[in-house]
Amino acid sequence: MIKAQGLNLVFQTNDGPVHALKDVDLEIDKGEFVSFIGPSGCGKTTFLRCVAALETPTGGSLTVNGMTPDEARRNRAYGYVFQAAGLYPWRTIAGNIKLPLEIMGYSRSDQDERVKNVLELVDLEGFGRKYPWQLSGGMQQRASIARALAFDADILLMDEPFGALDEIVRDHLNEQLLELWARTDKTIGFVTHSIPEAVYLSTKIVVMSPRPGRITDIIDSPLPKERPLDIRDTPEFLAIAHRVREGLRAGHAYDD
Amino acid sequence: MRNLLPILTVVAVILGLWYLAVGPMNFRLALDAATRGGADVTPATPDEQGQTGLIRLMLDNPDVMPAAYAFERPRLPQPQDVVSEIYENTIGLARRCEWQGFGAERDNWSPLSDGCLRVIENRRSLIFHAWQTLAPTLLGFAIGTGLGILLAVGIVYNRTMDLSVMPWAIASQTIPILAIAPMVIVVLNAVGIQGLLPKSLISSYLSFFPVVVGMVKGLRSPGAMDLDLLRTYSASGAQEFWKLRLPSSLPYLFASLKIGIAAALVGTIVAELPTGARFGLGSRLLTGSYYGQTVQIWAALIMAAVCAALLVWVIGVVEKRTLTRLGLVR
Repeated sequence: MIKAQGLNLVFQTNDGPVHALKDVDLEIDKGEFVSFIGPSGCGKTTFLRCVAALETPTGGSLTVNGMTPDEARRNRAYGYVFQAAGLYPWRTIAGNIKLPLEIMGYSRSDQDERVKNVLELVDLEGFGRKYPWQLSGGMQQRASIARALAFDADILLMDEPFGALDEIVRDHLNEQLLELWARTDKTIGFVTHSIPEAVYLSTKIVVMSPRPGRITDIIDSPLPKERPLDIRDTPEFLAIAHRVREGLRAGHAYDD
Repeated sequence: MRNLLPILTVVAVILGLWYLAVGPMNFRLALDAATRGGADVTPATPDEQGQTGLIRLMLDNPDVMPAAYAFERPRLPQPQDVVSEIYENTIGLARRCEWQGFGAERDNWSPLSDGCLRVIENRRSLIFHAWQTLAPTLLGFAIGTGLGILLAVGIVYNRTMDLSVMPWAIASQTIPILAIAPMVIVVLNAVGIQGLLPKSLISSYLSFFPVVVGMVKGLRSPGAMDLDLLRTYSASGAQEFWKLRLPSSLPYLFASLKIGIAAALVGTIVAELPTGARFGLGSRLLTGSYYGQTVQIWAALIMAAVCAALLVWVIGVVEKRTLTRLGLVR
């Protein structure tokens, strides 16, 4: 579904060129949940943005569903969830979810139905008429995810969506995200800073390191698809987390 | 109103300071009058009086002070004189209109009586003059706001305009309105445009600039994340404008509107001054200065200030209601 070969991205800055991505080779198949983890500046967000056609690579190839990322964007192949919910305060939650639907030209009745379905998916039924400032941070982020799901894109790209939330809310949302994934069968690309989150959620973990941004390790998770929260205390889980940490250490994430 | 008490306190302080200043401001005139009247003053001759400092004069001639307060053609009239002049020319006129033979004499006065309607037509009344100034102000404000918004949209969406319009807009504001107002009115009258429109155009000239500056900032206020979100939806420029940029710019627009409407009122009054207008608050200022009626000048000034405060307050109320409904301020 998403195929990167020899992907390179160099930013020209005032301090000289910054090699944000170097020779990234990665294949993401349909239905996978792939987490990207690494320290700041390792290129994980940059890679996600390249897939979303928000950045242009300077070398290598990248295809999404067999098309260039730009074509995929115009075909509405993915939904993007940012770190902050980014809901418009002058629209209700339903109005916010309708934003992409209005832009994409869905009919009014279609819009209403999709809003209803997607609110139910993220467990926010009945909150359609509320305004964003009436909701907590976790609920706002769920509304943002609902917005990304509203137009039936196959791919969901999430850039540290739970980064601004506390751990208890995070755990709850992680569970809900896995349920969502099971129900909708999307392909999910997930950027995170948290090792337990990455190991808990994904079928494949991509460990990256900075300067230049590159992939240090790709871990295929042996954990089953059905995962209760308690799986985080099992030895298999800890073994994978250990391997991730080793990968980070190899990429000098813990050096000064 | 929660802020009624603070406002009244500030007004009371201003009135107090005003009252204190009346004496010193009129002192030299009163001293001059006393000297001519043959009273005993220190120093004795007008030449020496001109050379002595004010404080010295006040200390040496304390008995002239009451005369300074009661002076007939003062430089700075007493607050109560200004207030009574305003009253006389607004409500007082309404009550007296009946007496001038337009109807049966009535002691009770209600806002719906004939006398009150006449106040707005009566050439002596400040309300008439205030409306003569407010009408072009409101029209000029509307024109200026419309023009300002159009220019701002052009600046944000067109690179050429972005680079070229702003310096000209700033330069336009540096030209003294007092100088070009007569020219504008004469030229427009020659082309056949008379009455309300020339004054409105001058007023719009002063009010478009804050709107341009505010709207440009407002239209550019959405952050990178909001803009990226719309890019992921492949939204067109027009969709981005109507759905994101315009709603985000409203707080900035209202801030500019408050400045703009005050500037529009100033613009209209300034437009009246050099062109010898017969009606309007500016014309009252002019006639007051021609005939040495300082109280008339001050009454017109205070009336203009009250009008400006009312206009800004109205915009403030509209701002609060609109922004609260849009969730942009709580």
